[in-house]
Amino acid sequence: MLYRENGQFKTSYSADQQVFPITQDRIFIGLLLALVIVVVPLASSEYFLRAIFIPFLILAMAALGLNILVGYCGQISLGTGAFMAVGAYAAYNFQARIEGMPLIASLLLGGVAATAVGVLFGIPSLRIKGLYLAVATLAAQFFVDWACLRLKWVTNDSTSGSVSVAGLQVFGLPIDTPVAKYLFCLGFLIAFAMVAKNLVRGHIGREWMAIRDMDVAAAVIGIRPVYAKLTAFAVSSFIVGVAGGLWAFVHLGSWEPAAFNINRSFDLLFMVIIGGLGSVMGSFFGAAFIVVLPIALDNVPRMLGLHIDTALASHLTTMIFGALIVFFLIKEPHGIARLWSTAKEKLRLWPFPH
Amino acid sequence: MGPFIETLIGGLMTGMLYSLVALGLVLIYKASGVFNFAQGAMVLFAALAMARFATWLPDWLGFDNALLANALAFSVAMAIMVAVAWLIENLVLRHLVNQEGVTLLMATLGIAYFLDGFGQTLFGADIYKIDVGLPKDPVFLFESTFPGGILLNKEDAYAALIAAALVAGLSLFFQKTATGRALRAVADDHQAAQSIGIPLQRIWVIVWSVAGFTALVAGVIWGSKLGVQFSLAQVALKALPVVILGGFTSVPGAVIGGLIIGVGEKLSEVYIGPYFGGGIEIWFAYVLALLFLLVRPQGLFGEKIIDRV
Repeated sequence: MLYRENGQFKTSYSADQQVFPITQDRIFIGLLLALVIVVVPLASSEYFLRAIFIPFLILAMAALGLNILVGYCGQISLGTGAFMAVGAYAAYNFQARIEGMPLIASLLLGGVAATAVGVLFGIPSLRIKGLYLAVATLAAQFFVDWACLRLKWVTNDSTSGSVSVAGLQVFGLPIDTPVAKYLFCLGFLIAFAMVAKNLVRGHIGREWMAIRDMDVAAAVIGIRPVYAKLTAFAVSSFIVGVAGGLWAFVHLGSWEPAAFNINRSFDLLFMVIIGGLGSVMGSFFGAAFIVVLPIALDNVPRMLGLHIDTALASHLTTMIFGALIVFFLIKEPHGIARLWSTAKEKLRLWPFPH
Repeated sequence: MGPFIETLIGGLMTGMLYSLVALGLVLIYKASGVFNFAQGAMVLFAALAMARFATWLPDWLGFDNALLANALAFSVAMAIMVAVAWLIENLVLRHLVNQEGVTLLMATLGIAYFLDGFGQTLFGADIYKIDVGLPKDPVFLFESTFPGGILLNKEDAYAALIAAALVAGLSLFFQKTATGRALRAVADDHQAAQSIGIPLQRIWVIVWSVAGFTALVAGVIWGSKLGVQFSLAQVALKALPVVILGGFTSVPGAVIGGLIIGVGEKLSEVYIGPYFGGGIEIWFAYVLALLFLLVRPQGLFGEKIIDRV
């Protein structure tokens, strides 16, 4: 009853083209932002911030990047973990080798490095697609895994193969408490979500979607496949690379190449599928789902007084992931985001559906 | 010369195992247009079933005969793979008919995760042994031609024989039997096959069962070589570059692609690897396939890809 757009007339083009054209949506987003910026850091315990909210924010960002590539441009990628790794290790090298490098600059330069690698491995997409491309991006995954493990200069000649960063600070403010980390990641996520949302509804986003829907037809009506595909790879791997940097710097602190192995790539792909292909909102739903599910599977039986050992719980999680993927592909190929928009449609008419 | 040939033979053996997994992939792709990412998981699942039943059955039934135990376990594992094929067809593929290739690929990714988790929940996640009585002792060949001769593992030789027999058997099955002919008809054209009365869904169950059979054989050979453990599913991922190289739709392509990748990765590891700090086996196959795709996207023996609007 409250969610109505009656009487909201648009009298200018800019009012017609805004991201959230309905007043109630704007209010909702405003409240949501207030909630995540003010209430969550104040109200949640350190454990919740560290175990749920920070991973969620970073993975949502990576999923957002992947969604641009897979959901909007239709180029399937199994190498997301690799692009995260490139972002993380490049940012690490900028941070470690250049004295006094600002943290944000390192992270963004890490993203630029990931962009370069992403475009390089995106070049095959000009000739191949679908299944073939999936295998081609696997090449990126295994190659980067190996490079981070074996090439000494990547890890700045660290002996153990694991690298770490300490004493993070931005503009003189230390980022050491979970609340500071949370807000730092949140800032990045909000900025990138806005950029992504505006890109996908602009002309470049439409080119991506045209390529996704039928690339030959898109080429016929004058969209350059080279430009569209490579920009999708570039934008996607930039966001994924920055997310990788955040994951390593802020969430892990010290890490090994295994943090970005092929399972990370699969997890991100699952987030995008379950959340909703081709939907910015879906990336958030998917990330929330996949971050919370294992923790819930770990904790719920314990609360009910059942004892499940960790190995079994992890196998069960894998199983449930797999089953859910299949379930979503069959029942709701557009993921949770579609359920969300269906709910909104219903709400518009409620309580008089006719 | 001796070490070179030994590496070459080692590569051929590994390549043959890749071929076995790739064969399952190609069969399913030809018959149903599904790129089966779950083939690796099926190898692991089949091998786990085989390994566990080979120890469980003698306990339950109270006999003590290794050969009988292995034969029974093999049959049970095969029955399980048929059941898996039937379930996949009924619960997944039937609902995804006419979807795009990428959707089907992701569905098989889901199946792969499910099978990985299910297999380890059901059969346990330790490292298990499969002992089907393949002799393990090495032999030396051509001692007169090369100093020291060439070391050949007997187990590998037997495995190669089994794989060759499997490929021959499969091609006979495809060429000579009525079911095989129906399978080839479905592979050529779904609708035409359906219109002359070939039951599509039964054919898919059969083809997934055959793929399950190749997975079982690959799993047994690999399991007896390396032990059955989770990494088996990861090794089986190597079958993907193999089919890329050989072409998705070609059975000979799968075999030859597997051999090329196997030999290529062993030789490159030994002769190029030291310059890069070693371990290039991990990515060599993928990068080779990637470079190959740039030149010839349809693979060595694949059908030419034609795009239409």
